[in-house]
Amino acid sequence: MRVRVLIRPKEGILDPQGQAVERALPALGYEGVSNVHVGRMVELDVPGDGDVPARVAEMCEKLLANPLIESYEVEPLRDG
Amino acid sequence: MGSLRPGLAAPEPRPFLMNVPRKTTSVGIVVFPGSCDEQDAARAVRRTPGLEPRFLWHADGDLGGVDAVIVPGGFSYGDYLRAGAIARFAPMMDQVARFAAGGGPVLGICNGFQVLCEAGLLPGALLPNTSLRFVCRQVDVLVEHPRCAFTAECDPGESLSLPVKHGFGRWYAPGQQLDELERKGQLVLRYAPGQNPNGSARDVAGVMNEGGNVLGLMPHPEHAVDELNGSADASRLFGSLAATLGAASPVAA
Repeated sequence: MRVRVLIRPKEGILDPQGQAVERALPALGYEGVSNVHVGRMVELDVPGDGDVPARVAEMCEKLLANPLIESYEVEPLRDG
Repeated sequence: MGSLRPGLAAPEPRPFLMNVPRKTTSVGIVVFPGSCDEQDAARAVRRTPGLEPRFLWHADGDLGGVDAVIVPGGFSYGDYLRAGAIARFAPMMDQVARFAAGGGPVLGICNGFQVLCEAGLLPGALLPNTSLRFVCRQVDVLVEHPRCAFTAECDPGESLSLPVKHGFGRWYAPGQQLDELERKGQLVLRYAPGQNPNGSARDVAGVMNEGGNVLGLMPHPEHAVDELNGSADASRLFGSLAATLGAASPVAA
């Protein structure tokens, strides 16, 4: 199963990358954009089907994300 | 030196230093692919009376009976994913975790600090510097608590001039945990007022585990053991380790 994992800084943790992007947008004429956060995306082909999202969540807890500072979302895509 | 991978060069033999009678207390220095400060760490150890360095290859599963461990700075495994995230799964890190659990002194410097946090041997995590810039400068660091294997000889409040060089040095822990660490005296090292180079919580430069035998810090003591490099203040930290090891009864393996 093809799975996409979205990893972002946990809410409340200072995200200077997001802030830098937010400050750059008005220069291009995009006013009023707020709450910008920059994260990471991981895509994987994982053998199996039903239990895949749960196993990927386990991978997130152990390696793909650091749960202390990052939140993650597991999104099954299609059979790969 | 049996655990050195062939091809990973040991320090060049130094004719005079090599003739010094063999010392008995050895400090293991873990070498990952991408480590870059292991030679300076070895040099700092070698300059400390009573201590002798020994390199430990990350893929080996044997500490070789060392009395303390340093996880040095660098970019282990290219810092892919997150700094220290992949290095913590190296076979040698299992041994280091076991050693630390048995009370053995472990020092993580910069990338080594990141590895120890990722491995759960130290609290917190390291985030990109607030400035988003790589910082490389000399800073003053205050020893808040001498109750640590690496600060035992320091005076409370003592100031050490140490270099920092990192992009991911903003140590972070959730507020409630911070209070607890503060209360237990685990926030051992702090940047002097106004000198925090990375935006770390409560100006923390170094934090230890509850037992006081594991210390992680972002500044580089191994680059500050010789006045030639601008400061020899970190001799106090390595000297503390030597004193700790000299005073301690043999650590059970």
